Amino acid sequence: MRELHVDQITRVVAKLAEETNFFLGEDVCRRISLCREQEDWPVAGDILEKIEENIRIAGEERLPLCQDTGMACVFLEVGQDVHLTGGNLEDAVNEGVRKGYTEGFLRKSIVADPIRRGNTGDNTPAHVHYEIVPGDRVKVILAPKGFGSENMSRIKMFPPSAGAEGVKDFIVQCVEEAGANPCPPIVVGVGIGGTFDRAALMAKQALLVPLEEPHPDEFYAAMEEELLERINGLGIGPQGFGGRTTALAVKIKTFPTHIAGMPVAVNINCHVSRHGEVVL
Amino acid sequence: MNEIRLEAPFSREKLKELKAGDSVLITGTIYTARDEAHKRMVEMLRQGKKLPFDIRDALIYYAGPAPARPGQVIGSVGPTTSYRMDPYAPVLLDLGQAGMIGKGPRSPEVKEAIVRNGAVYFAAIGGAAALIARSVTAAEVIAFEDLGAEAIRKLTVKDFPVTVAIDSQGNDQYELGKIKYLNKNRE
Repeated sequence: MRELHVDQITRVVAKLAEETNFFLGEDVCRRISLCREQEDWPVAGDILEKIEENIRIAGEERLPLCQDTGMACVFLEVGQDVHLTGGNLEDAVNEGVRKGYTEGFLRKSIVADPIRRGNTGDNTPAHVHYEIVPGDRVKVILAPKGFGSENMSRIKMFPPSAGAEGVKDFIVQCVEEAGANPCPPIVVGVGIGGTFDRAALMAKQALLVPLEEPHPDEFYAAMEEELLERINGLGIGPQGFGGRTTALAVKIKTFPTHIAGMPVAVNINCHVSRHGEVVL
Repeated sequence: MNEIRLEAPFSREKLKELKAGDSVLITGTIYTARDEAHKRMVEMLRQGKKLPFDIRDALIYYAGPAPARPGQVIGSVGPTTSYRMDPYAPVLLDLGQAGMIGKGPRSPEVKEAIVRNGAVYFAAIGGAAALIARSVTAAEVIAFEDLGAEAIRKLTVKDFPVTVAIDSQGNDQYELGKIKYLNKNRE
């Protein structure tokens, strides 16, 4: 069995915390630039230009793209043939968050208690999701999630009779109600099926999919396209001052569900759609 | 589209001239305050205490910056979503606050308070935080240091870029911009 010291996890989490906050994925940059070229509303074009300038400055000077450097959402895909040594895995992840957020001069945005508040001072704890997969590798994905967009996310337990139309209308309605709040242009992550919690998880994981990669199932790939078209017809535009570019992409994930149900979760991300991964 | 230069703190007369959708470059002194700082300020007022800065004619920036690197004035500092400050804003506007900088629409109560007091709500570009930090020339924590990013900071800014989101007459660019864009496409 392959042994892996948890210090490796700490090192990778710290590195990803900094890099994801300074550099945006090329897929996101390409989409923003494509949308700027296609934008038919001058104010919207100006805002997209400033957003691109911000990406350039952040990358060149290693500065956070957004001051909200997020809650660290960490997805660990642990190969079943790996033996992790040297300490507790989740402690190692949190040590990485602590190190990355401190050394990278990233904002500490986590409060210790949801009602009584109180900043923890080092951006811990991370939200960690574990998956056991075949093989002897460990994949570490880190997605810092800002809460301007997180707050605009919704979940609804539909009856099966709602059908595709009910699902699509709900997704568009979520985006319309969110309006300018989540810093459009946004990325819309959708989870359909599973259970209440599974739908929400899939909506977040949908935000990790490369923007230019359509859903493997043609039915859902067409739905992604149709939803993007409808959302970009709402007129909200970049920052909500009108325009075509309300969303950069709609990404869907699905899972089998119960005969009685059809859960739908919508997790919204801002244009600073950050995530990175390393395989150990 | 006109680009207007304004010095903060500014007079109500100057604010009256601003129209929803105008691009404005602000130079002068502004104060950062967000969720927890607003909660504390309103509690202080309830207890009859003096606020940590003079609220009259002040411009509040809804923001919590990233920490400054050595040699930097301030870390990345974009606006946070404004609606969370809606429960607190009317109280402060009625005490003479000239306006705020944030992002996203405001409640009817805040709009009424803006009109009642001849104030203005500006929007900065959410997520353009590294770019915006370039227009901050000085920063100093003046209250609630224990709140970290949420502490109240006095910022000196030069040509800080904003858009008039709600003007002193209550015109709302979040409604107007969308309507104008959609009408143009229907023509």
